[in-house]
Amino acid sequence: MKSSGRGLQAYTLLYLLFLYAPIILLPIFAFNSGTVIAFPLQGFTTEWFAQMWGNATLRRALTNSLIIAVSASILATCLGIFAARASTRFEFPGRSGIMGFIMLPMVLPEIIVAMSLLVVLLGTGVQLSILTVIVGHTLICMPYAIAVLSTAFSTLDQSLEEAAYDLGETKWGAFRLVTLPLVMPGIISSLLISFTISLDEFIIAFFLAGNEPTLPTYIFSQLRFPRAIPVIMALGTVLVILSIVLLALGEYFRRRGNARIGGSPTGGLM
Amino acid sequence: MARRRFDAEARAGLGLISPPFFYALLVLAAPLLTILATSFLTDGYLEIIREPTLENYVTVFTDPIVRVVMTRSLIVAAIVTLVTVLLAFPVAYYVSFHVRPEKKAMWLFLITIPFWTSYLIRVFLWKVILGFNGVVNTTLTGLGIIDQPLTFILYNVNSIVITLAHAYAPFAILPIFIALEKIDRSLLEAGRDLGESRAMTFWRVTLPLAMPGVIAATLIVFIPTIGDYVTPEVIGGGRIPMIANMIQVNMLALDNRPLGSALAVTTMVIVALVSIVFLALNRRFLKVRR
Repeated sequence: MKSSGRGLQAYTLLYLLFLYAPIILLPIFAFNSGTVIAFPLQGFTTEWFAQMWGNATLRRALTNSLIIAVSASILATCLGIFAARASTRFEFPGRSGIMGFIMLPMVLPEIIVAMSLLVVLLGTGVQLSILTVIVGHTLICMPYAIAVLSTAFSTLDQSLEEAAYDLGETKWGAFRLVTLPLVMPGIISSLLISFTISLDEFIIAFFLAGNEPTLPTYIFSQLRFPRAIPVIMALGTVLVILSIVLLALGEYFRRRGNARIGGSPTGGLM
Repeated sequence: MARRRFDAEARAGLGLISPPFFYALLVLAAPLLTILATSFLTDGYLEIIREPTLENYVTVFTDPIVRVVMTRSLIVAAIVTLVTVLLAFPVAYYVSFHVRPEKKAMWLFLITIPFWTSYLIRVFLWKVILGFNGVVNTTLTGLGIIDQPLTFILYNVNSIVITLAHAYAPFAILPIFIALEKIDRSLLEAGRDLGESRAMTFWRVTLPLAMPGVIAATLIVFIPTIGDYVTPEVIGGGRIPMIANMIQVNMLALDNRPLGSALAVTTMVIVALVSIVFLALNRRFLKVRR
């Protein structure tokens, strides 16, 4: 087994290099003083980060994106808790059909979700704003929230809740005092994953935001102007670091949650 | 008594599921049905004429431009899926069979990180990597391997394929990995004990048992790639549209919503048909398993 393992390992490392190639280039160009994104590199500069900091449109896009991502992740997680609890704890008619339908946005091309929502919104005369983006993002974050939360709810020991009932707790009391604390790590990891998805979502934000910029739509609008690219590289570097921190946090909470209820550390979002 | 308890449980479950269910009905089902209805209407000069017609679907299936874009989308999605799944399998196999159990989670984390970073910026960086003055061309010219920049990776269908294959890599690795993890290792030992070579054991035991994962990977990659909007827009600069770009142009710029809706519905039907075929294949593999 040893020799084939080594060949596979070499291949896997090459593959990881392919996966990481763009991310490795990002900081290289972000600190490169040349205005053209090409080799050879010119010199070292932090000017692009300074320009990024002073950019008013960018700041507005960031504020919008944060409002959208925070709202959508809270809404998606709240709706996700209902769905995860219902599907893991109760047997009811049409369960798999209803769950399949709620999970549908995960496998539907996003352009179709965005376009059909846009047609309805324009048809009913709703003003496009960050509010409409929140509505769309909640829909596409919900399946991911449910996937994470279902793992948390399904590993829950039902006898703990029953013990609480026996000790005189009401249904809501048992949920709040026993279930909720146990699935809290799952909830936090669902919030973080929904936040990350919403923050990076482009299609729905592009079509449903009206004139309001979000980070991805701002980036998209700037990609056309070669002069603006170095600042975008700086922004990308900051975003990459931010996503890695958020994901590491999400992973940490998920594992802590698993450890608390005695699960294994493997598995995860997918 | 038992009957009443079942009813109570069903009621509780249905009550709990209703908020997310109604949200999905309102924000997903209603818009999709609107599109379906719109696809049977006619685009008038200023407003949509409310007379049922199949004209839009006739256009979708006969118009040469639509056919070119549709074929391109299908071919790109098929190639991307094939390349992604083939490249991903050995990685999933390595992590499942050669990495120590306590390190598997870390490897999976490493594989998924690039997927969570800005999709737009990643796509743009592939344009930079593959471009005329890009990383690949300047490196190869600098090393004296080529004197002219390679043109076959320049802002065309090939670069779209490479970019998408990168974007959806983790989607392919994870389901295959999960399927491989589920394989009972003693089956492989049994195969070897019964005198099969390592290659034959892989071919006759491991691969069939991993097929559900491979099929899931195929679907998970195929569906979003056929509907990808960003990559053709950024890499191709709008000159090599795929079906998503065509839907968008018809819905907004050309303001022909009935045709745009018909294109969207057709895309959904194609996606559904492909899914059904693969899920049927999956069922066959699951049957063989038993």
